[in-house]
Amino acid sequence: MKILYFAWMRGKTGIGEEDVTPPAEVTDVAGLVAWLKTRGPGFEDAFQNMEVVRAAVNQEFVELDAPVKAGDEVAFFPPVTGG
Amino acid sequence: MIRVQKEDFDLGEELRALGAGNHNIGGITSFVGLVRDMAGGEHVGAMTLEHYPGMTEKMLEKIEAEANERWPLEASLIIHRYGRMEPGEQIVLVACASPHREAAFEACHFLIDWLKTRAPFWKLEEKDSGAAWVDAKASDDDAAAKWD
Repeated sequence: MKILYFAWMRGKTGIGEEDVTPPAEVTDVAGLVAWLKTRGPGFEDAFQNMEVVRAAVNQEFVELDAPVKAGDEVAFFPPVTGG
Repeated sequence: MIRVQKEDFDLGEELRALGAGNHNIGGITSFVGLVRDMAGGEHVGAMTLEHYPGMTEKMLEKIEAEANERWPLEASLIIHRYGRMEPGEQIVLVACASPHREAAFEACHFLIDWLKTRAPFWKLEEKDSGAAWVDAKASDDDAAAKWD
């Protein structure tokens, strides 16, 4: 599974992109977040307030209960501010 | 048509090219977003726009298709830049061509409102106090919601 971090989430995690193999019990975005948070203080900090975190699975905006599986591209980022 | 690019664009050239030769077009509206030199009472020296390559293009295409479904447009264009820009520089162009002005105005308004909340871009401002990511505004969500 490919994970991408943008804007300040990249700053907090210290990485922009990584390949991970989460445990089998991770089946949705919320589960993935819970698991990613266990991987260090930077990740814990990045996902501390989920009110300001948005997610996309395979480049589509999703809610936290959206399913994830091996091979997916999952991105995490703050609310967008383009234009 | 959509374009995501680092380079600046020539407004006149883009508007001339949009639907050139199509005499069914009665009017073209356009919106250009610029980099401001002030934010929250603080001076901004420059701004960097980050985006999500791949998803950005996909979202812009989706947004444009939605506008073309809602209004009778003869042509439309979205250009969104990324990278570092200084105050006064052009960030984004939205242009809509239609037989009638109302559709062109409304579609243009709709597109820029949707872009602000649906296109994966993030702004990092270089202020005197340091670099800071721009927070999303509730007013932008409200502006987009009025088209639901």
